[in-house]
Amino acid sequence: MAVEFEVNEREVWDGNYAASQAMRQADVDVMAAYPITPSTPIVENYGAYVANGYVDGEFVMVESEHAAMSACIGASAAGGRVATATSSQGFALMVETLYQASGMRLPIVLNVVNRALASPLNVRGDHADMYLGRDSGWIQFGAFNAQEAYDLALCAFKVAENHAVRLPVMIHQDGFITSHTAQNVYPLSNEDAIKFVGEIVPVDDMLDFSRPVTYGAQTEEDWHFEHKAKQHKALMDSMSIIDDVFAEFKKVSGREYKRVESYDMEDAEVCVIGLGTTVESARVAAKEMRKEGVKAGVVAIRCFRPFPYEEVREALRNCKSIAVTDRSSPGGAMGAFYNEVAAAMMTSQSRPLVTNYIYGLGGRDISIENLKTIFREQKANADAGYITTDIQQFTNLRGPKLGFCKTERN
Amino acid sequence: MTEIRWHSRAGQGAVSGAKGLGDVVATTGKEVQAFALYGSAKRGAALRAYNRISDEQIFDHAKFMRPDYVLVIDPALAMTDDITMNDKETTKYIITSHLSKDEVIESIPALQDKKERVYVVDCVQISLDTIKRSMPNSPMLGAFCKISGMFELDYFLENMKRVLAKFPQKIIDANMEAITRAYNEVK
Repeated sequence: MAVEFEVNEREVWDGNYAASQAMRQADVDVMAAYPITPSTPIVENYGAYVANGYVDGEFVMVESEHAAMSACIGASAAGGRVATATSSQGFALMVETLYQASGMRLPIVLNVVNRALASPLNVRGDHADMYLGRDSGWIQFGAFNAQEAYDLALCAFKVAENHAVRLPVMIHQDGFITSHTAQNVYPLSNEDAIKFVGEIVPVDDMLDFSRPVTYGAQTEEDWHFEHKAKQHKALMDSMSIIDDVFAEFKKVSGREYKRVESYDMEDAEVCVIGLGTTVESARVAAKEMRKEGVKAGVVAIRCFRPFPYEEVREALRNCKSIAVTDRSSPGGAMGAFYNEVAAAMMTSQSRPLVTNYIYGLGGRDISIENLKTIFREQKANADAGYITTDIQQFTNLRGPKLGFCKTERN
Repeated sequence: MTEIRWHSRAGQGAVSGAKGLGDVVATTGKEVQAFALYGSAKRGAALRAYNRISDEQIFDHAKFMRPDYVLVIDPALAMTDDITMNDKETTKYIITSHLSKDEVIESIPALQDKKERVYVVDCVQISLDTIKRSMPNSPMLGAFCKISGMFELDYFLENMKRVLAKFPQKIIDANMEAITRAYNEVK
């Protein structure tokens, strides 16, 4: 029996520590991990909890992130509650096995502390690794601060292990900005946390020798398509279960989460839609813009996969000009997030103006002033009735202004 | 919102200092943020740590800050780092140095028009006397306590004891002495 680890009602934790506490409280059976900056403390702390008897789980040391996720796959198929953490290149090395995990419908929880992908080498945060996972068949939650990294980690187990879902879940937090920034965190008591997450009820666990099963079978053209279609449908259908889990979490914590969050959007004419910590900075900027008489609001994606097209459309319904912020190098296209929001709005009645801002790569700062400039440009667009700038622009980049693509106008 | 910027070298404890301060401030019911900016972490490399303190939840995640307090815990960095960067007309400076206040101001051109907002305390010597090694973060907290008037000394000491609870009693006592001395000695 594990030794009780004392948590206070109010703690000052960084995102990594908060996530590791959620792993401890969720009573993870197996964590297989290969540490990488900036997510290292999550698995390091969990290892210490195991060594000090605060959890009954197993910590498996492996030789790479590929092996870490492979071990997680094995442990999850065996029927355990399984979690790990990674970032950046480690995430990239995991990619093959991410697809294996989701294809086998294994409810693994992965804490991703977002970090730029080399080259050039950089330990700081952007969303390149998060985007790399977006077609992998995992559910992806986004935390905007340390509290949310903790809360969403608890929710992740409950969603993943739900028998109607049976899909792996990632919780993303911004490298350093969340992972290494200490803020007030209000954790659940150990008792409430485990009561909320509940016990894992395995499905087709390989350790059930009376009922042998195969994982990761070969299908070729006969059945591959049907499997993938079913997996996609499971992802799309998980939305309502995610909503249920968030509702249940609100009951125990008082904190409310939605797959799409809206701030100051009731009468907003212009808005920034974003991911990660920038959402919160944008809220500060929107409040300041309102003092300048601009009806500004912020929309945020809590659940990046499955992508909430309908909720995004609903949230942006009355907006005239929208800035979609991508914190990942777009690699010869509009930002991926831009494309998704633009696709959602293309099928709306209002067809608002949608612009793309690339920002914050490799941890480059985004200040309240930077965000206010973005809001001001949206206001100019809304007043003019067309996009007055390049459709894609780079924010807070050194050197000459960089932008691409103009609106087609008669 | 109160914003604080620490100038330090890796190993002098600015990150722990900022987190410790955050911990104590949180006990008063305020919301806090503590973070640091450093490159590849090498002992002795210059770094900056930051605190934000507010009555409401802190949403600003930018590194950019116009500090209300600048805490310099390395004497040489006071001369070589840009300690007045992005400051305000009200920014207060607490600088650790063995030099007198006049000597410090005289040797830093950027402080010439801010003399009345500069405070000096020898955190390095205080920590050598009490903690028995150069660990200027704890005494700086004492000096900050005094200059900001944010807490009574006793209240701060009580809460710091809790933050340091995992350390042996001897170390806790030495830190309490360091904080108290800097509180009384900062000019």
